[in-house]
Amino acid sequence: MPSEPEPALSATLERPAMGPWARSFRLLVADRAAMLSLALLFLIALLCLGAPLYATYVAHTDPFVSNVDGEVTLHGERVAVVQPSTEGLGLGSAPLGPTWEIGNFFLGADEQGRDVAARLLYGGRNSLLIAGASTLLCLVLAALTGLVSGFFGGFVDTIISRVLDILWAFPIYLLAISLSIVLIAKGFDIGPFSISAGSLALPILIIGIVYVPYVARPIRGQVLSLKESEFVLAATALGVPAYRILLRDILPHVMTTLIVFVPLLMAINMLTESALSFLSIGVQPPDASWGTIIQDGTNLIYTRPMVAVAPGIAIVLTVLALNLLGDGVRDALDPRSKLRFR
Amino acid sequence: MIRRAILGMIAAGAVGLMAASLESAAADGVRGGTLRLLASSASGSLDPKINYTLQYWSVYAYIYDGLVTFKQGAGVEGFTIVPDLAEAMPVPRDGGKTYVFQLRKGIQFADGRAVTVKDVVSSFQRIFKVSSPTAGSFYNGIVGADACLKTPATCTLAGGVVGDEAAATVTFHLVAPDAEFFDKLAVPHAVIVPADTPARDMGSTPIVGTGAYMFVAYDPNKQLKIVRNPHFKEWSKDAQPDGYPDEIHYDFGLTGQAQITAIENNQADWTFDEPPADRLAEIGTKYKDQVHINALTAIWYAPMNTNLPPFNNLKARQAVNFAIDRNAVVKLFGGNALAAPACQVLPPGFPGYEPYCPYTLNPGTKWSAPDLARAKQLVAESGTAGQKVTVIVADTTAAQAIGTYLQSVLNSIGYDASVKSISGNIQFTYIQNTNNKVQISVSIWNQDYPAASDFLNVLFGCDSFHPASDASVNISGFCDKAIDAKMKHALVTGVTDPAAGNREWAAIDKLVTDQSPAAVLFTPKHLDFVSKRVKHFVFNPQYYWLQNASWIQ
Repeated sequence: MPSEPEPALSATLERPAMGPWARSFRLLVADRAAMLSLALLFLIALLCLGAPLYATYVAHTDPFVSNVDGEVTLHGERVAVVQPSTEGLGLGSAPLGPTWEIGNFFLGADEQGRDVAARLLYGGRNSLLIAGASTLLCLVLAALTGLVSGFFGGFVDTIISRVLDILWAFPIYLLAISLSIVLIAKGFDIGPFSISAGSLALPILIIGIVYVPYVARPIRGQVLSLKESEFVLAATALGVPAYRILLRDILPHVMTTLIVFVPLLMAINMLTESALSFLSIGVQPPDASWGTIIQDGTNLIYTRPMVAVAPGIAIVLTVLALNLLGDGVRDALDPRSKLRFR
Repeated sequence: MIRRAILGMIAAGAVGLMAASLESAAADGVRGGTLRLLASSASGSLDPKINYTLQYWSVYAYIYDGLVTFKQGAGVEGFTIVPDLAEAMPVPRDGGKTYVFQLRKGIQFADGRAVTVKDVVSSFQRIFKVSSPTAGSFYNGIVGADACLKTPATCTLAGGVVGDEAAATVTFHLVAPDAEFFDKLAVPHAVIVPADTPARDMGSTPIVGTGAYMFVAYDPNKQLKIVRNPHFKEWSKDAQPDGYPDEIHYDFGLTGQAQITAIENNQADWTFDEPPADRLAEIGTKYKDQVHINALTAIWYAPMNTNLPPFNNLKARQAVNFAIDRNAVVKLFGGNALAAPACQVLPPGFPGYEPYCPYTLNPGTKWSAPDLARAKQLVAESGTAGQKVTVIVADTTAAQAIGTYLQSVLNSIGYDASVKSISGNIQFTYIQNTNNKVQISVSIWNQDYPAASDFLNVLFGCDSFHPASDASVNISGFCDKAIDAKMKHALVTGVTDPAAGNREWAAIDKLVTDQSPAAVLFTPKHLDFVSKRVKHFVFNPQYYWLQNASWIQ
């Protein structure tokens, strides 16, 4: 008489086999650092999405209009938002510092008398939008070039690889700055494609393009390896069309790599956007981003450092959270991968 | 009465002692060392016939000489015109249409060559050959100037500037008497340079002069280096005194913040730029002994291009004037200690000045508050609402802050405004050139000489507008034939009756202000922040800080 199976073995046998995506999801959920980071990112995104609500219903301010001669009620007294100096020779004036009162210049005012907290939230919307959209654009372009180049090889591969080599040859920031200087002033207008100067689409386009080689290369390498695998060779031998092999057999295998890139690339793109905006060649005023607010704050670094420090902290927290999430996603999706994005 | 008399004696004694101690300090001045000046950027061409910026005009004072010049002294003395390369101020002849200058003997250029009559004549021809920015406004009254303005390359000024080598005289013949002729000869565009200086903008290549110092190297991205002129021998303390520092280094590229820190740490001695707003309180308290504030006859203004939409519409221009909160702009510049709101062209205290301000909540003689409702109404009436407007500013802290403010104002009255800051090195010439299609900009005008025409005729006269040229200081491109005729009439009136002339200029000031080719923002005061090393600070209203008069300890 056969003996009863061990309870644990029995449970294993009864449980349906876990798919790779489900297993990865479980691993990710089990990663505390990644989950905390995800929660922080959600919180930041939620706060930034609520910027118009905060400005309109809480702070009752328009953070894009100069308010140099404005006044505010503080502790029952009307005080100037930008206060003239009364000491020494009476030179200069300083904007209001942080009041720590929600809705009442919580983080103080900038040089133009605008509410820094409201601008920070609006700036975050643009920074996150640009980082997210440029990441998406970069991944789509990189996946397309990597798949086509790796799969078809030959002349197509040579052309695409050389174009990527040319892009790679430029230091990223130099390329981004050069493109920005050319495009920010007059916009982009080639055939049916037109983006007006000052549009947020310009930094998205520029940042999306400059990182393509850094993602396309590993994708191409992976496709070269997959192309020689048995299931691809079998599909080719059966006469399956190339586009079908690419979409049904190869793309799902590189998808994990692309997903791993998402948070890491988004962090890098956010830093690039901030750098460009800091140099006045990213987001154009009156729009704000965390980079432009830091730039505004450089003129007040001695008297009102909070103007520059607050968006700096926001960038650090967001980038840190994205990197930790990226590490978690990489470990969950592709634990053997040595992929690192620098 | 006795008490008053005693107090008066004490005061007089104190003033006397102070004067004596200043005199003695000046006498004890220390020769030597290197004066280290800073600016965020260079100021364009080094050619004295081309450059039209305060930054280099104050340097030209000790590099070049004209036949006459402004006295290198403090206070109103600095507006006195004294003979320089000329032996004496000539007596006008022919009813004020002829002037004969006797050239001093023995003066050499920094390369050792003697100054000759030929150099003087060719220097005036060169004003036209290189299309100096003031060729058409300052020197168009010289006989032969019309031909020179039409065909600069072949300019001879025949019959207008006549040299006599044997007698060492230069005779000027004017088309009509000009009350400001000496003023025009005293500014840097009329300095004397060698006759063989090429007839083109020399850009970064130094041209030798006759002053106490000479340029030796100029890299607009890095440094302007000035050393003593080895061939200089002082001939007039009033016109071209010997200087104290051995070398003067003008370094470019540091940010406003870094410049102030460098001066606080005595790593540099002075900056041309206005200090960043958030450092003013610090230097006004901790370093107040190193701060010098002086009133200026100058304006900060926003020229509006009267030939381009939307500002080719009078109502659109007036709307901008009504909308601007001058108090806000004054705050951005550094507060009431450093500026006063203004809305007319002539600055207070200037010849022809009569208080006038139509662009305020309660129009009258003084600006009180912006009138946004009126501004919005005017924009609606003009039919220009929604148009795109770009504000061009220099990349200095104050200009950028004012540019951002203007952008906000323009948006608030219905335009779609953006602001662009470009290097101060090129901004002034960029906004002058009509090819760049600048709609509105932020600029500064410091007097060339103390006469109303220097603001009204130079900035808004038809003769100052040169389309497609970098030297078109009528940035607004404003040319009203009727007003221009009144300006010409006022110039003639001023020759025989300066007071009547100034009354005419006061009326012209109102007419130009009403036409609103620019939004005058404020009249600034000048703040000089110097290092502890700098001793004997002398402020001249024409050249500002007389750098060569200070010494370093």
